[in-house]
Amino acid sequence: MTTVVETKSGADQRTGWYRRMLEIRLFEDKVQELFMQGKIQGTTHLCQGHEAVSVGAVSAIEARDYLTITYRGHGHALARGMSMVAAYGELMGRTSGCCNGVGGSMHLTDFSKNLIGAFAIIGAGLPVAVGAGLSAKMRGTDSVALSFSGDGGSNIGTFHEALNMAAVWKVPVVFVIENNLYGEYSPIRETTPLDDLAERAKGYAMPGVIVDGQDVDAVHAVVAEAVARARAGEGPTLIEAKTYRYRGHSRTDPAKYRAEGELERWKLRDPIVILGDRLGLSDDERKSLQDEVQAAVDAAAVEAEQAPLPTLEEIENYVYAA
Amino acid sequence: MSTQLESKPAGVGSDAAELTYREAINAALEDELESDPAVILMGEDVATAGGVFKTNEGLSDRFGRERVRNTPICENGFVGVALGMAVTGMRPVVEIMFSDFLPTAGDAIVNELPKYRFMCGGQCEVPVTVRSIGGATGRFGTQHSATGESWYMALPGLKVATAGTPDSAYSVLRAAIRSNDPVVFFEHRGLYGRKGPVRRGDDNIAAVGDAAVLREGSDVTIVATLLMLDRALIAAEQLAENGVDAEVVELRWLRPLDTESVRRSVEKTGRLVVAEEQVHAAGWGATLISQFAMEGFEWKSRPRAVSLPDNLLIPYTPELEDTVVPSAERIADEVRAALK
Ligand SMILES: Cc1ncc(C[n+]2csc(CCOP(=O)(O)OP(=O)(O)O)c2C)c(N)n1
Ligand SMILES: [Mg+2]
Repeated sequence: MTTVVETKSGADQRTGWYRRMLEIRLFEDKVQELFMQGKIQGTTHLCQGHEAVSVGAVSAIEARDYLTITYRGHGHALARGMSMVAAYGELMGRTSGCCNGVGGSMHLTDFSKNLIGAFAIIGAGLPVAVGAGLSAKMRGTDSVALSFSGDGGSNIGTFHEALNMAAVWKVPVVFVIENNLYGEYSPIRETTPLDDLAERAKGYAMPGVIVDGQDVDAVHAVVAEAVARARAGEGPTLIEAKTYRYRGHSRTDPAKYRAEGELERWKLRDPIVILGDRLGLSDDERKSLQDEVQAAVDAAAVEAEQAPLPTLEEIENYVYAA
Repeated sequence: MSTQLESKPAGVGSDAAELTYREAINAALEDELESDPAVILMGEDVATAGGVFKTNEGLSDRFGRERVRNTPICENGFVGVALGMAVTGMRPVVEIMFSDFLPTAGDAIVNELPKYRFMCGGQCEVPVTVRSIGGATGRFGTQHSATGESWYMALPGLKVATAGTPDSAYSVLRAAIRSNDPVVFFEHRGLYGRKGPVRRGDDNIAAVGDAAVLREGSDVTIVATLLMLDRALIAAEQLAENGVDAEVVELRWLRPLDTESVRRSVEKTGRLVVAEEQVHAAGWGATLISQFAMEGFEWKSRPRAVSLPDNLLIPYTPELEDTVVPSAERIADEVRAALK
């Protein structure tokens, strides 16, 4: 089922992807730093290592398409074009945040970008994406929905319920599993009887595709094809992107449970390096992009922090519409 | 579909027709599907044979099987689908065949519907109505007899509604569907055949959050919902024969809880009996009584509750089911005790 793809994307677009992946990588480093300073509290789930999945997949949908993401969603949101100020503001609980600071790290949502939900409950986003796709279809639009979930998430009921409904109603939706080999601290082998989660598509009579999640060109191509199928009324696709998270599950996890050398082996196939090599970027070019993005990251964090906190009076209005 | 009868009972309006509770639900669904193309109805078997309890008769023929849609058996999944539809421009109504199945949609109802708008800083509205069909007296056994009305009232972000008469079924359901917030609307299966005057039309859409005084009286206030409301009205008639004048308040909304309307009534009567088809603990009856206690309300006699037993479940055994579920007589007895 592995797909090898020739990229049809242009050099400019791919340079943009490079930059966006770098932005996600450096954004996450800064999150760690802001944590140490107490400017971000609670928990965060960093996505370093997953950048090619976020950027490859999200670049394959249009502005009119819907997106649901997860608590490990900083990369998804930035890939969708959320500003770093809006993202940092949200993590800092300030009104510069995309949700005015009430959502926090796990709920980066922006309806103006059709990023309609970021879920902290495993599996909850998939039915919502099916609903968005079904609604798009019933309202006579050609919008599709894209939904991210994790390998651990493929064991919860809503994953299966969503795939079943999407298939039986031919809903224009694309499900992307980010298989990073762990659900929290548990390796996939302990919890899941399959190595290839794309196999689960068979039970729902939809195509299941495995893609190298460290290869942004490949992810983009596979998702673009699934989006085209969905838009043409041919129904849902399940895509499994094989990837790896560089950090622990959440902030307090040193990830001691990994096998010796596993992280290092994955870093040899770093998604940003792979694309940089393909684009033929020189060391100097990489360095200057890195500096440029780092400066933007630092400036965004400073700007986000300037905003006031939301007030209790404001957030009371978020409970009910009327 | 509606059964237009000649009778024009007092109290509901001169243009009221006599409908069953089931027909009133059907009329509300039909009128909302008709008035707004964004409204859809979905659930298990809702489009076939009028639905399992025949509340949806004629709707799939009239509005088509896209808008009146059968779902697979996956409550958590299809309530989640309804949420996704609601935040992208539609107004779904979801049917849960038995309230006992509501907890299988627990995540969608507890974590998603009520928290969604809040978590995103008010960026969206969540116009989902979950119609939940429940209640004892049908000899359906322990896993098909819950009303469930109090399970969800502790959730800010959700609205919780009930209907105890055909007219409330019509007007409260229409209000629920029109609400831009998620509403769980409880129907009682034991009332489907009950007839009553229903004023059908856009001018009979209940105000969200308002209780209704269905019978005025000066001696005692009975607050009730669902089947207990029906039984409270019967009890009030029996009491009237003995010169006791009971006021009957249908709570209709448990969230927001209309303590104001109840206060207006008990300020007049000084006595309160709550009648609920649920255990008393952690329910709306206990919540009401506790609010008055905290205010230091001065009762003529202590408030009382007619509830399900605290340490029993609903049995199949028909004779015992009838013993466990409060009767009109038990409500009347409690009222008499309050008046002693
Ligand atoms: C319903 C539910 N159960 C448990 C959790 C706690 N939890 C948060 S993330 C996680 C692991 C999920 O693993 P996976 O789907 O592989 O995603 P990853 O974190 O690897 O990106 C768990 C168990 C949760 N958030 N929701
Ligand atoms: Mg994982």
